[in-house]
Amino acid sequence: MRLREFVIEKLLFIAALSSLAVLALIAVFVFIEGTPIMLREGLGSFLLGAKWAPTKGSFGILPMIMGSIWVTVGALLIAGPVGVACAVFLVEIAPRQVADVVRPAIQLLAGIPSVVYGFIGIVVLVPFIRETFGGPGLSILSAAIILGVMVLPTVISIAQNALEAVPVEYKQGALALGCTHWQTILLVILPTARTGLITALVLGMGRAVGETMAVIMVVGNAVKLPINPLDPARTLTSNIALEMAYAAGAHREALFATGVVLFVFIMILNALANMRLRRRGSHR
Amino acid sequence: MIPDQPSRRPRLNPEKVHVAAVVALWTTAGVTLAVLAAIIVFILVHGLPMLTPEFLLAQPESMGRAGGIFPTIVGTLALTAVALAIATPLGVGTAIYLNEYSRGGRAAAAIRFGVDCLAGVPSIIFGLFGFIFFVIYLKMGWSVLSGGLTLAVMVLPTIMRTAEEALRAVPASYRQVSFATGATTWQTVTRVVLPVALPGTVTGIVLSIGRCVGETAAVIFTAGTALRLPLSIFSPTRTMAVHFYILAREGLSMPHAYGTAAVLVITILLVNTIANAIMLRFRAGVT
Repeated sequence: MRLREFVIEKLLFIAALSSLAVLALIAVFVFIEGTPIMLREGLGSFLLGAKWAPTKGSFGILPMIMGSIWVTVGALLIAGPVGVACAVFLVEIAPRQVADVVRPAIQLLAGIPSVVYGFIGIVVLVPFIRETFGGPGLSILSAAIILGVMVLPTVISIAQNALEAVPVEYKQGALALGCTHWQTILLVILPTARTGLITALVLGMGRAVGETMAVIMVVGNAVKLPINPLDPARTLTSNIALEMAYAAGAHREALFATGVVLFVFIMILNALANMRLRRRGSHR
Repeated sequence: MIPDQPSRRPRLNPEKVHVAAVVALWTTAGVTLAVLAAIIVFILVHGLPMLTPEFLLAQPESMGRAGGIFPTIVGTLALTAVALAIATPLGVGTAIYLNEYSRGGRAAAAIRFGVDCLAGVPSIIFGLFGFIFFVIYLKMGWSVLSGGLTLAVMVLPTIMRTAEEALRAVPASYRQVSFATGATTWQTVTRVVLPVALPGTVTGIVLSIGRCVGETAAVIFTAGTALRLPLSIFSPTRTMAVHFYILAREGLSMPHAYGTAAVLVITILLVNTIANAIMLRFRAGVT
């Protein structure tokens, strides 16, 4: 009996190590494949080179880095305010029955496959932007709007947790002093939940940077430094997915190196977000 | 004596500001729901007319321009089955270890950190990893197995987190009673805790089905794009999501793209409805 318990505990411990092991494997294999070319080309010229012609030996990913930054910032400009507003609505305003409908709906929004978002982008949003604002339509703006909707569920659910964690006494105090409900939200609840709201944005940012299929379909994928939201651009993720199918040799290594840049960036964002979550957790 | 300074700015009436803010918040939430509804209705309106038994059960012809999507449905199911068969024991095992065995400490903190990081890894990185590790390094080639293993890694955090939440919701008194009767930890877990936490755990597994079905980037480089019916877990295959992506991006056939999208969206709707139904019953049961 005792032996069986011991064996089971060890087996469960090994299962529990699987996530860490997999994370390490991912890091090791992507780095082994990606770092040699970064060192060969020089980190500076890989990250800051503006010319990407992998079959001719030019490996500069600056246009893709800029593309990812533009698209991500655009997505957060949409998902940040809308996400926080929806979270405030769910926690503070919505009657119970309404919240019980809105919550699963937002979960559903998170469940819709990214290819479906990309498709909607192609058939509805891209023509609309082409006709309304001019340009090719396949653009940073289209990608930012689609991504904004896609990261909304992430932002809402974490912002909601942050708002729910605000002690009810704070709210009661503000209301007792004669604040309106909105003044209470704006001056007491939102500032108190600040850390959690920033975490929501950081994790939303991670989602936006990492999203691939929807972006490929609407962003245009042209390798050039974007200067205008109506320009087409290429992101780090779309660079990998577009060329992976036929890449070989140094070209494939360069795509893995693009993956390394993406991985490092996402891990930094995750570490930031988790540190914040944990610090907040330790208060209570 | 300083007299009360009348404020220069005409002050907004706080009550009116409050009403305006509430209206704005209702509008924002309403617009968000409207976008969701528009996406679903748009796909279903264009796609439902395509959904005939032939479309679901026939072989595709000329790269998917005609015929059905049967092999991609089989491929999707096979990949999802492999992924869940691997991720469920690992994810639930991790949750049981963290919640029932570990007494906090560094190992548990490190494992939680690992799960959190894994949850944030983008699907294209899983695709790169699956390609270089399963397809090339372990020589599995483009196959149901490679794709399923890659998806397993991807959904592991979802299954683990929901299972842990479900275990945590089981009142401590249940365990105390079990221990008081002389049961071991494992007996307590299998006979008392898990039965109560089962619905919550199942919710996570059901939601993972949704992620597997909809995933494209992690699958396209690991399971391949072959349109043949996969006959073993070592055959290459094409999932519905990948098929839909290829149809739409290469402009092969819009009606077939809409039809495939409708199958995807209906699957996701079903998965979410089932998950919610289970979760609601679970909540009602525990409290």
